[in-house]
Amino acid sequence: MTQPLLETKNLTMSFGGLVAIERLDLAIHPGEIVGLIGPNGAGKTTVFNCISRFYTPSRGNIYFQGRDITRAASHEIIGLGIARTFQNVELCRSMTVMQNLLLGQHVRIRGGVMRDGLRLPGANSSETRATERADEVLELLGLTPYRDRIASALPFGLQKMVELGRSLVSQPALLLLDEPAAGADVRETQGLADLIRKIREQYNLAIMVVEHDMTFVMGLCQCLYVLDFGRKIAEGSPAEIRNNPAVIEAYLGDANLAL
Amino acid sequence: MTPSRQWLTHTNLLNVLGLIIVCFLPGLLGLLPGIPLGYVLYLVSLGLIYAIVALGLNLLFGYAGQFSLGHAGFFAIGAYTSAVLTLQAGVPFVVALLVAGFLTAAIGFLLGLPALRLSGLYLAIATLGFGVAVPQIILWIKDWTGGAMGLHSLPLASIPLGFSDIVFRTDQEYYYLAVGVLILMTILARNIVNSDTGRAFISIRDSEIAARAMGVNLVRYKTTAFALSAFYAGIAGSLYAHLLHGISPEDFTVFLSIDFVTMIVLGGLGSVSGALYGAFMLTLLQNSLTRLPIVSEFKNLYIVVLGAILILTVSFFPRGIAGAVQDLRQRFDNWLQEMTKGL
Repeated sequence: MTQPLLETKNLTMSFGGLVAIERLDLAIHPGEIVGLIGPNGAGKTTVFNCISRFYTPSRGNIYFQGRDITRAASHEIIGLGIARTFQNVELCRSMTVMQNLLLGQHVRIRGGVMRDGLRLPGANSSETRATERADEVLELLGLTPYRDRIASALPFGLQKMVELGRSLVSQPALLLLDEPAAGADVRETQGLADLIRKIREQYNLAIMVVEHDMTFVMGLCQCLYVLDFGRKIAEGSPAEIRNNPAVIEAYLGDANLAL
Repeated sequence: MTPSRQWLTHTNLLNVLGLIIVCFLPGLLGLLPGIPLGYVLYLVSLGLIYAIVALGLNLLFGYAGQFSLGHAGFFAIGAYTSAVLTLQAGVPFVVALLVAGFLTAAIGFLLGLPALRLSGLYLAIATLGFGVAVPQIILWIKDWTGGAMGLHSLPLASIPLGFSDIVFRTDQEYYYLAVGVLILMTILARNIVNSDTGRAFISIRDSEIAARAMGVNLVRYKTTAFALSAFYAGIAGSLYAHLLHGISPEDFTVFLSIDFVTMIVLGGLGSVSGALYGAFMLTLLQNSLTRLPIVSEFKNLYIVVLGAILILTVSFFPRGIAGAVQDLRQRFDNWLQEMTKGL
C-alpha cells in the first residue's frame, strides 16, 4: 500500500456538548474514489469542514501528502491541493460562470493589487492562460453555452456543475464533493457518475464524495466509510458494506440498502 | 459581428465623444452668455474630486462589500497631509499629493484590521466613529493644523516639467488637473475590478465561505480594499485642499461621509462609471439646493432631499444610474448594429 494522500487520525469534533465526529480514522490514496455515507446528522459534512479547515478539530490530526494540515488556514487548503464543493452551493452569485472559474484559479494566478492595477507585465498573459484552462473545464462539463451567464440565474443543477468546475479548475490532487447528485434525477445521476470517473481519469486525482443516493455511491466508489452519530461503524468495498450488519442496523428501514 | 467592425461600439464612440467634451468644456461653457465660468468650473472640479472618493468607496463597498461611514475622515487626512506639507514644510505639490495618498492608505490599512472582525452595522458604526474622531484629532494638533481656524493660503498646485513648471492658477487650469487625476484613477479602478484582485473583492462580497474555499486570504484582501479605498480618498483630499486653497475641520463632517455613500448608491454599487455619475449628480444637486435663493428659505432642505434620493434609488433603481445607463447603451448598441448592417 502506498502512502495515503489524505489521512485523518483520531479526528474528533465537538460543538459544546455535542460530539459531531468521534475518533475518526480514514485514509484516501491517490487516484481513489472514496464515499462517505451515513444517515442525516452522522457528521459527514463536518468531516469535510474539518479537512477544508472551516472547522478546527477538537482533537486529532489531518495529514495531507504526509504533512500535518490540522492548523493550516482555510484559505491555504486549495493551494495545497484540496478543493471542495458545498452541499447548498457556494457560488459567487453576481459573477458569471467564467468569472467563477477564474476565481477558482486565484491561488494559481498569484497577482497582487499593484500588478493588477497597473497592468504590469504578466498580468494579461496569466489571465489569458487562466481563461484557457477555464474554457477546457467548461467544455468537459458541458457548460460552454452558459459561459457568460450570471451564476445565480442558472438552475440549481447547473449551479452544482459550475461549482464542480470551479473546484476542478484549481487542479487539485483531492476533490471533496458534498452531495454532487442532490436534486438530480436517475438519468442525470448516472451521467454524473460517468463524468466523475472521467474527471478522475483525465485529471488523475482522488475524489471523496458525501452522498445520500446509495445506488450512485455503490456504483462509483471503490471504498466506503459509514458514519453514524459521528462514529465510523464500517469501512470497506461496496460489497462488504452492503452485507455489514451494523450498517443495515443504522439504515434500518432504508429501502435503498435492501437491494 | 465581424472583427473589422468591432471598434464601432458604444464604448469607443462614447469614450471619444466624452474626451472631446472634457477637453473643450471650459471653451463650450465660455460661449454661453451670463455663465460665471470660473464658478461653474470650480463646481465641476469639486465634482471630479468627489468622484475620486466615490471610486475608492465603491471599490471598498460596491465590490468588496465592506461598508464605510468614515470616508470624510480619510478625505480630511489627505487634505491636511497635503496642506501641512506644502504650507509648513514647503514640499512640492506633486510630492505632497502622493504622500497624502500613501499615508491615507496606510491609515486605511490600520482601520481595516479591526474591521476584519466586524461586518454590516457594526462595521458602519466603527467607521462612523473613525470619521467623527478625525476632525476632533485635527482640532487637537493645532500647532500643525491651525485648529478650528484651519489652514489657508495654500501654495498653487504645480507639476514640475523639466526646466519649467506647469502651474495651475485659475479654476480653468485646475479643472484640467482634476480631470487628469480622475482619468488615471478611473483606469486604475477599472484595471483592478477586471482582474484577479477584483474577483477576490467580489467573492468576499458574494460569499465569504466561497472566497475562503477558493483561497482568498480575507485578511489580506479586506485590508487591501481599505487601503486602496483610503488611497483614493487621500489623493482626492489633497486635490480638494488645493482647489479651495484652504481647509478647516468643519469641511469634513459626518454629513460628507453620508454624501459619499449616497453618491455610490445613487450612481450604482459595484460599477466604476456609477461612482462618477453619482458624484456629479450629487455635487450639482447640493450646490443648486444650498445656493439658490428660493430654496434657501428651507433650512437643510438638502439633507431631506438626500434622504429621499437614497430611499427612492434603493427601492426603484437598485443598480443606480449606471444600471439605467447600461440598459440604454444596450439599446444604442443594438440600434448601431442594425444601422451598420448594410455597410
